[in-house]
Amino acid sequence: MISWLMILAIILSAIGFYIGFFMAPTDYQQGDAYRIIFVHVPAAWLSMVIYLAMAFWAALGLVLNTRLSSMMASALAPTGALFTFLALWTGALWGRPTWGAWWVWDARLTSELILLFLYVGFMALQAAIDDPRRADKAGAVLALVGVVNVPVIYFSVQWWNTLHQGASISLKSAPSMALTMLLGMLIMALGLWAYSIAAALMRLRCIVLERECHAPWVAHLQEVQS
Amino acid sequence: MIWSSWREFFAMGGYALYVWGSVAVVLAALVGESLALRWRRKAILAEKAGRPRP
Repeated sequence: MISWLMILAIILSAIGFYIGFFMAPTDYQQGDAYRIIFVHVPAAWLSMVIYLAMAFWAALGLVLNTRLSSMMASALAPTGALFTFLALWTGALWGRPTWGAWWVWDARLTSELILLFLYVGFMALQAAIDDPRRADKAGAVLALVGVVNVPVIYFSVQWWNTLHQGASISLKSAPSMALTMLLGMLIMALGLWAYSIAAALMRLRCIVLERECHAPWVAHLQEVQS
Repeated sequence: MIWSSWREFFAMGGYALYVWGSVAVVLAALVGESLALRWRRKAILAEKAGRPRP
């Protein structure tokens, strides 16, 4: 399943890239600098979606005391942190030509930076505790407290007067962007979504193997015996 | 196709540094992460099988 998800991710991202970089027209205000949108917005969406997924699995692990749920939360964190970093990085490269600054202490940017610190804090906390079950519980509490930050990021452009533009896409009204631009962005987002699931499952397999290394089934794995 | 030449495509209307700087870092990060995960799995399995870690 992981290889199929990876193949799907590559195909979707390639289609998204083609639409975004070969079919979508040049923006009349921003020129071709706007094409950063095709990686920036999907990365930013995923940074928030992965955090919600991580908090969900962490909560499930905390409430039901299921080990696999907690391991899923740990598996999601590095990929989420990576996408948060990518959203900030591509945002800086977009801000420089359009706003004239790599970074501003705008509500959207600042709350996204806090998201990065939450991911890093989650991973550092889990790494600092030797007993994996205690690490799971401590991490889950941190992830759940930090979940308030996700709506803050999402609504920051409405709540505060920010330099970052508002959403071009909403559930309530028609998107305020050209169809080819929208299509390229959505397909790229689906591609990165498939990638995220694949990467999280790959990491989950590693975590399960590391934690359950003394279980008899591990010794019976074909990969171990061959 | 909206570009008249590859040179124009790579120039990105003068924003090459910003656009390609974004795309390249995203691509490198995702390829790097998936390779790192593949190596991690291989190393764990090799250790379990009693082989030296690659």
